[in-house]
Amino acid sequence: MYKKMIQLVNDFGIPRIIIISFLIVLLIMAFILKIPIAELLSASLVRLGMHGILVLAMVPAINSGIGLNFGLPLGIICGLIGVLISIEFNLRGFTALFTAILCAIPIAAIIGYGYGVLLNKVKGSEMTVGTYVGFSAVSIGCIGWLILPFRSPEAVWPIGGGLRVTISLVNRLDKVLNNFMAIRVGNLNIPTGTLVFLSLLAIIIWLFSRSKTGIAMRTVGDNPRFAVASGLNVNAYRVIGTILSTVLGAIGIIVYAQSFGFLQLYTAPMFMGFTSVAAILIGGATVKKASIIHVFIGTFLFQSILVVALPVANKIMVTGDLAEISRITISNGIILYALTQIKERA
Amino acid sequence: MKKNMKTKKSNNKVLDIFSFLQNIFLNNIVTISFVILCLIGLRISGLSTAFYLNDLIARVSRNSFLILALIIPVTAGMGMNFAIVLGAMAGQAAIIAVTHWGISGLPGFLSCVILSSPLAIFLGYLTGKLLNKTKGQEMITSLVLAFFANGVYQLIFLIFIGTVIPMENEAMVLGAGVGLKNTIDLFRIKYALDNILKLPLPRTAIILSILFLIIIMVYFVFRYSRLQKNTNKITDKKDLTFYEFIKKNAGYDVKFYSVIAVIAMAWGLVIMNSNSLIKMVQVPIITSLCVAAMCLFNMFITKTKLGQDFRAVGQDAHIAGIAGINVNKTRVTAIVISTLFAAWGQLFLLQNLGTLNTYGSHEQAGMFAIAAILIGGASIEKATISQALLGAVLFHTLFIISPLAGRNLFGDAQIGEFFRAFVVYGVIGLALGAHAWQKLRKTKKMLD
Amino acid sequence: MIEQEYILQMKNIKKKFSENTVLKNINIAIKPGEIHALLGENGAGKSTLLNILFGMSVIHATGGYKGKIFIDGKERQIKSPMEAISLGIGMVHQEFMLIPGFSITENIKLNREITKNNVISKVLGERLKSLDFSVMDKQARQSLDALGMNIEEWTRIAGLPVGYMQFVEIAREIDKKNVKLLVFDEPTAVLTENEAANLLKTMKKIAESGIAILFVTHRLEEVMEVSENITVLRDGELVGTKKKANTNITELAEMMVGRKITRLTKRERATKGNIVLSIKNLDVMMPGETVRDVSIDIKEGEIFGIGGLGGQGKLGIANGVMGLYPGKGGIYFRGKRIPLNNPREVLKNKISFLSEDRRGIGLLLDTSLELNIAITAMQIKGKFLKKYGPFSQIDHKKIRDNCLKMIKELDIRCEAPTQIARRLSGGNQQKACIAKALTLEPDLLFISEPTRGIDVGAKKLVLETLVKLNEESGMTIVMTSSELAELRSICDRIAIINKGKIMGILKPEDSDVDYALMMSGEHSEAVKG
Repeated sequence: MYKKMIQLVNDFGIPRIIIISFLIVLLIMAFILKIPIAELLSASLVRLGMHGILVLAMVPAINSGIGLNFGLPLGIICGLIGVLISIEFNLRGFTALFTAILCAIPIAAIIGYGYGVLLNKVKGSEMTVGTYVGFSAVSIGCIGWLILPFRSPEAVWPIGGGLRVTISLVNRLDKVLNNFMAIRVGNLNIPTGTLVFLSLLAIIIWLFSRSKTGIAMRTVGDNPRFAVASGLNVNAYRVIGTILSTVLGAIGIIVYAQSFGFLQLYTAPMFMGFTSVAAILIGGATVKKASIIHVFIGTFLFQSILVVALPVANKIMVTGDLAEISRITISNGIILYALTQIKERA
Repeated sequence: MKKNMKTKKSNNKVLDIFSFLQNIFLNNIVTISFVILCLIGLRISGLSTAFYLNDLIARVSRNSFLILALIIPVTAGMGMNFAIVLGAMAGQAAIIAVTHWGISGLPGFLSCVILSSPLAIFLGYLTGKLLNKTKGQEMITSLVLAFFANGVYQLIFLIFIGTVIPMENEAMVLGAGVGLKNTIDLFRIKYALDNILKLPLPRTAIILSILFLIIIMVYFVFRYSRLQKNTNKITDKKDLTFYEFIKKNAGYDVKFYSVIAVIAMAWGLVIMNSNSLIKMVQVPIITSLCVAAMCLFNMFITKTKLGQDFRAVGQDAHIAGIAGINVNKTRVTAIVISTLFAAWGQLFLLQNLGTLNTYGSHEQAGMFAIAAILIGGASIEKATISQALLGAVLFHTLFIISPLAGRNLFGDAQIGEFFRAFVVYGVIGLALGAHAWQKLRKTKKMLD
Repeated sequence: MIEQEYILQMKNIKKKFSENTVLKNINIAIKPGEIHALLGENGAGKSTLLNILFGMSVIHATGGYKGKIFIDGKERQIKSPMEAISLGIGMVHQEFMLIPGFSITENIKLNREITKNNVISKVLGERLKSLDFSVMDKQARQSLDALGMNIEEWTRIAGLPVGYMQFVEIAREIDKKNVKLLVFDEPTAVLTENEAANLLKTMKKIAESGIAILFVTHRLEEVMEVSENITVLRDGELVGTKKKANTNITELAEMMVGRKITRLTKRERATKGNIVLSIKNLDVMMPGETVRDVSIDIKEGEIFGIGGLGGQGKLGIANGVMGLYPGKGGIYFRGKRIPLNNPREVLKNKISFLSEDRRGIGLLLDTSLELNIAITAMQIKGKFLKKYGPFSQIDHKKIRDNCLKMIKELDIRCEAPTQIARRLSGGNQQKACIAKALTLEPDLLFISEPTRGIDVGAKKLVLETLVKLNEESGMTIVMTSSELAELRSICDRIAIINKGKIMGILKPEDSDVDYALMMSGEHSEAVKG
């Protein structure tokens, strides 16, 4: 009986238990401090939709065997370019959104392909190399934002040229999905459009994972030697996984931006890979296996903690950026834990 | 016959020198590209040599310690230790405490050293233990650990100060009474070490060159006299004159560096007698001596049992373990030493800067140090002292000239700064990628 | 006391690995300066005996051993390699324990470096003592000279020929001044003929200096050349100990190999005469199992066996044909040439394979039984999919049906088709692999080490299953195994591989001696079956 309990705890994951307990404690404190729960729940749902696709991008990466995709900024930059194009052509509303997505996808596919080929050459060190490829990409992006020939006055500095650091999306993309078919129940606001879009993409990924190619990809990630013995081209499927991950990263940042209302360029995407990695790990994924459920659970838990912690902390002590600090500590802490759980390959 | 042999010998000599230089070139292509890049950049930036040298010497002398701290973990097979950031944090914690308690000057600095050491050792111990649990993924682990520790650091110094840790200090604590200010003036211990002794650059160059040549001479005299003692017993062996002895035993590297020393001496004399601004460039002697001591210590460690254990574990941990070496303990020791030196290194840095950027000073410390040593030619598997020092010079040159070069080339200093960041990340990414790729090729080669 | 005569005595050694008794009552005694050979096939128990002697953790982690070990007449418990070393036992391993980037001296003195004090070590401790290379070099030189090696002691190991590396291993052992017994584990396996001859000479020299040698091998000629006494193990039992003077190669061969064979198939089998698979001049680069210029013709409907000692190349043949390891040469299936290094093509041509690495290559351990069985067929033949234009979706029902069919046909014991492969027993994992191969509906099946790691009861079942497959559907089977008995119990013809080449093809009823000599590399008649 006792042994079974320990087994259950281990299967569920000690960090998940810590996170959930932490969340429960925070919720109780919020209740005691009379912070309106409905608003907190709305905020959590909004953030779920906002970050969800970026976390979903981790699933094809992990399942195809390239591990945690710290190089997500590559895809993010492609998405940013997509939005910039739609701003440049002065588009609004859903047209703007879908143009951005349609422009970003081919760019992300090409970049994802190159990234996948690179990762194939560094098997075993994908995470470390990916991190620095991501950082380098953001740096090149910085240079790019300064010199790319965009002209829209909203996007570019009036004096001296070069793209602004933050571009407002009001009247363009802002909340386009969030407000689509939004449901209001008292103080509770549900951003239906975004959540539906997220679920749609999740279903597409799910269907893909049940197709012949999807199953081949998962086999390659599970046991490359088995895959070779089954006649599968390991390198090809890893590249497919990388392309999917990069494309989802691109779409993810576009949805993120519409929810946030601002397009953040320059060094903003630097650590977005880390946040997404942490979220899916909290959801129960490991370095080798991830599923859609992990995406939803993890994103919701992670973002909820951030959402609840801030007002609680503000009420208890008048202090600075606790949200940022918790984000850094929690996300990196859980990544560390996941790293200690990797059994070294023979 | 004899004449032919003589010309053959001299041909060989030319060939030898040529192949020696060729070897240096091929093996260090990354470094050489950077040297060229820096030289071009220096031209474009339009910076005067004097200003450049002044800035360079200040930066190199205060940052070298941190870069040198990376060597031992590489030798022990643990790759680039991104977690030296934890050592830097230990140093900063000590400085914050000492500044708060108001101890100034050299005693202040020494208190920092004494205070930060046990903390650094403790943090290094924890890091080492963690890295032992993630064998094979040490670098990403130390990378993430650095970020995590940064979060904890902010928690302590932004949230706990004034609440959990009572501290009343108007100069250091934020208005609301909680959390340290973003910048703290370290006026008390500023230049505590540097100012003890500062000499102008040309004079330093001359003194160093003379010292170097004297040491070489003494070394050869010593060995020669030893040889004389030994061969006195065997009388039928031909006696070598001192000159011939030197010719025979001085390798190309000794000759190369001796030539450099003479050139440096000559240069120093010329500058001293000219009107160049370079005369005004100062060299902080004590700090430099500490860096030199650190180099010597690194060289010393290599010749000890501990150093041999590091090398054995670094080359093949499995075999080392079977031979009875405690692999885990050795790895932890390597990290502890590295973190301790990082703490001291951060103290050197801050006493020279004079200002503590409370939440930022340590963040980039790890990455910059690693980029520097990689630029100097080190790799994930091998790092030497000369690579660390050369890398320090090149990296900081790049640092100094990027914004200016960017402004002159593109009209925007910002581009230069972004380019600099790109180089840092790119160099590290490239080194990591090259290392991983080579590892794969090696295992493939074994199959043939 | 009589015991004092012997430097090593192992009495009544028994060892079990869970239910498997690997050593049953072994006795061995060695005098100082004696060269004692330990003969036996793979699986006879030689390595286990050495591991016990050397205190390896794999022994203690699995319940220790029974029996007594006496060193110099005193009973000892050897709990670790360090203890064995301190008692004077040195081991020259098959895989060299040398660090390539270190010099010969550094390797000889690894973790036994000679140090002297310096200023800092007096303050900070032992580990900071300086290395005294001049003394170490001198001592290394002495050991090298004792072995007649005239190579400089500061040379790096990397790049040295294998023979030299082996000598450095030996130098390291004799440098440990207290070494009384030197154990060699298959020392000539990786050496050229010249190097091997050199080694044997050196062994004699070492023995003359008073150090006893225990050397494990399967090379009968070498045994007869250098050893004084010979102990033969078979299936974990002590067959006998003989003085060299009182025996010969043939007798030793018989002792190594001879056992009763129970035949599982009819003696006279009607096999079609046509050749279904022709392997021509096959070279395979599989680390540890290299294949050199092997040519075999396999007849349709037969059960063809490939045997030989470990590391000699038998496993490489199947792996090379299936494209899992780089290979060169020609493969012709029913006359059509099949490309090498391309598993997909081979599988598409109706040749299926069960790897010897069941858990590493054969199965996805954390995936369900039914998926394991279905995945390869899905990818190669497009089975188990529902098609919607260019898209496909997995057909769970068909996968389930197939799994249930296989469970019934092969009698796979499991909780449910959804149970993950890791939780199945060894025998059932093997049956799952067979099910996977069968789902591909192959014409020819390669199977390597079919009963490795399977308990005795299940072994027979697996072999009977193979026979049934062959007899009922006429499937040609090529079986690679290190257990000669099982090969001789179901195969029609058996090829013996030594040093990557075919020594000959024997019939199951051919004499034990023929088998033993071929496996040791002594025989070279191509006996066509």
